[in-house]
Amino acid sequence: MPSLIDLTLEGRKVGQHGPWPRVVVDASVWTFAANELAHGRWSLLGLWGEPATVHMAIMDGQTAGIAVISLDCPNRRFPSVGRHHPPARRLERTIHDLFGLSAEDSPDVRPWLDHNRWGVRFPLGERIDALPKAAPYHFLAAEGDGLHQIPVGPVHAGIIEPGHFRFTASGETVVRLEQRLGYVHKGIDGLMTGASLERGVRLAGRTSGDSTVAYAYAFSRAAEAALDLVVPERAVFLRALLAELERLANHLGDIGAICNDASFALMHAHCGLLRESVLRAAGAAFGHRLMRDVIVAGGVARDVGNDGVEAIQAALDNIRLRFPALVELYDNTASLQDRTVDTGTLKASLASQYAAGGYVGRASGRSFDTRRALAYPPYDRLRFDVPVLNEGDVNARVWIRVREVEQSLALIDQILSQLPNGPIRKEVPLGGEVREGMAIVEGFRGDVLVWLRLRNGLIERCHMRDPSWFQWPLLEAVIENNIVADFPLCNKSFNCSYSGHDL
Amino acid sequence: MRKLLFESVFRQPLTELAPSAVDAAVAELVAAVGQTARRRLGRSLSIREVDAGSCNGCELEIHALNNAYYDVERFGLRFVASPRHADVLMVTGPVTKNMREALERTYHATPNPKWVVAVGDCARDGGCFAGSYAVVGGVSEVVPVDLHIPGCPPTPTAMLQGLLALLERADADTGAS
Repeated sequence: MPSLIDLTLEGRKVGQHGPWPRVVVDASVWTFAANELAHGRWSLLGLWGEPATVHMAIMDGQTAGIAVISLDCPNRRFPSVGRHHPPARRLERTIHDLFGLSAEDSPDVRPWLDHNRWGVRFPLGERIDALPKAAPYHFLAAEGDGLHQIPVGPVHAGIIEPGHFRFTASGETVVRLEQRLGYVHKGIDGLMTGASLERGVRLAGRTSGDSTVAYAYAFSRAAEAALDLVVPERAVFLRALLAELERLANHLGDIGAICNDASFALMHAHCGLLRESVLRAAGAAFGHRLMRDVIVAGGVARDVGNDGVEAIQAALDNIRLRFPALVELYDNTASLQDRTVDTGTLKASLASQYAAGGYVGRASGRSFDTRRALAYPPYDRLRFDVPVLNEGDVNARVWIRVREVEQSLALIDQILSQLPNGPIRKEVPLGGEVREGMAIVEGFRGDVLVWLRLRNGLIERCHMRDPSWFQWPLLEAVIENNIVADFPLCNKSFNCSYSGHDL
Repeated sequence: MRKLLFESVFRQPLTELAPSAVDAAVAELVAAVGQTARRRLGRSLSIREVDAGSCNGCELEIHALNNAYYDVERFGLRFVASPRHADVLMVTGPVTKNMREALERTYHATPNPKWVVAVGDCARDGGCFAGSYAVVGGVSEVVPVDLHIPGCPPTPTAMLQGLLALLERADADTGAS
């Protein structure tokens, strides 16, 4: 079996790309990599474009070795990865929508983010005028006696993000779900081009509201990797503190919200209080309830004072006092378990094929957590478990969250007790002419990847990949043979991001 | 569960006092709420939330309005599932081009009299997404806006102040107490 190192030797290495190598390869090596992905020997981390180049980030799951391979496509075409490896398909459709580069022999050439409403096609490549009239979008077929379709969205009944779901059902049973996303596409990759690092980190922090810390964290680490910048120790620990508070708040909210979708409002009410206690502590400690704009390239923008530490500790005490009773309530309520156990089961093979991150992967036997696998500081010095379950149902995804709440509580304790004194931010050098960096950070939902290239200190190209890219398609798979009424449960247990995906 | 329910009989309510509506949001209140409002609405407002392109940050804080600390329902403010049941549209985000039509159609599906509350900095002028090929801009570019609640995202308290201002204005215009 070839290792990633063998692969990277095949290509021309690009200087100033940190911390992992990037090599420019030819089409045969590109296709070879696609085949290795298809055989499950490597995992796809990301696939993105530039006006005349495509890039693919891959990981060897055994060694956690990571590399980026790039292919120049002067003819505006590249060999399709999605033809061999389905997780790449939506990414290839996006590359076409944004840059006009076509994946050769791709089985799916429908547009994805482009709804023909931007007034322009290929906005980040060689722009051309939009089509005079939007072509109808063809949903995949599901045929049979008595099948009916249920279209839902983009405006949903709850307070959630917009997207379209097309269910085909036989009676109550869903036989096919197809998603259509892209409604909240804001063109963030385009706005990044030419932006300063200050503006870049603000945009990153507004990519997905519930992961504002994770995105600012990943963006800053990517910029620092490009610039060979080491941030002060206190900032390293404060960043992990912010990330764990974000994870805690989101998991607590999710556990309640999943139960609420089974009409068990009591859990929702109590979990909502615990979530609020975390947000208030974050507001007291960092001046913003969601902790937005706190992480910046070079460190953190705001320090935490003694009052802040006390507020966080009080919130943790409150959660430790109240959360166990809620877990017990969840575990002992048969009517609730009846809805969550054996509902929306994700097979381990699919979770592995799609390299599903976060609780989605970990509830289906994929023991991957970038805090452990890549052990970026300060997690290399903190003790924690990565909970894994094999059932893959809604219940398992709830339990992974429960266990991660406990882990985050323990992590925050360690961080606060080890918090070093000293500066919190380092001056960011303008850097040499061209520098590239990549970072992967564990958000609450899974691994957030950011790749960027800086030229004279400004962003020339920045690509951000949300974990949802590899989780959304799995939601289509798990709903099959479940009843329509269980869709909210399945959906909430995945809690994929729309904005982070649509970018 | 019985224990949890039993406890709640003795625990003091967590719900906090209503914030006073003295902020900048009030000054922004457009004089659109008239006699009809008071007659039609009584003292309650049904709100349909529309995400027209936000990052979901505003939605998280709108959700918080429903928790026991803020408990918006005590003011007669209720989030509903359909624009056909709504008096108010709470719209977030820089309106994306892909969401423009959905927002317009939601607006037209809402019966008169109706008010639009734009929530968050992006909803004012597109915020940091202004100028993108994929973004229209503020909510007022697409539908008329009666009230803007600033913030990124605004805190639940700020949203509550804005919504209460909308109600109070409805009362004042009709001389009701």
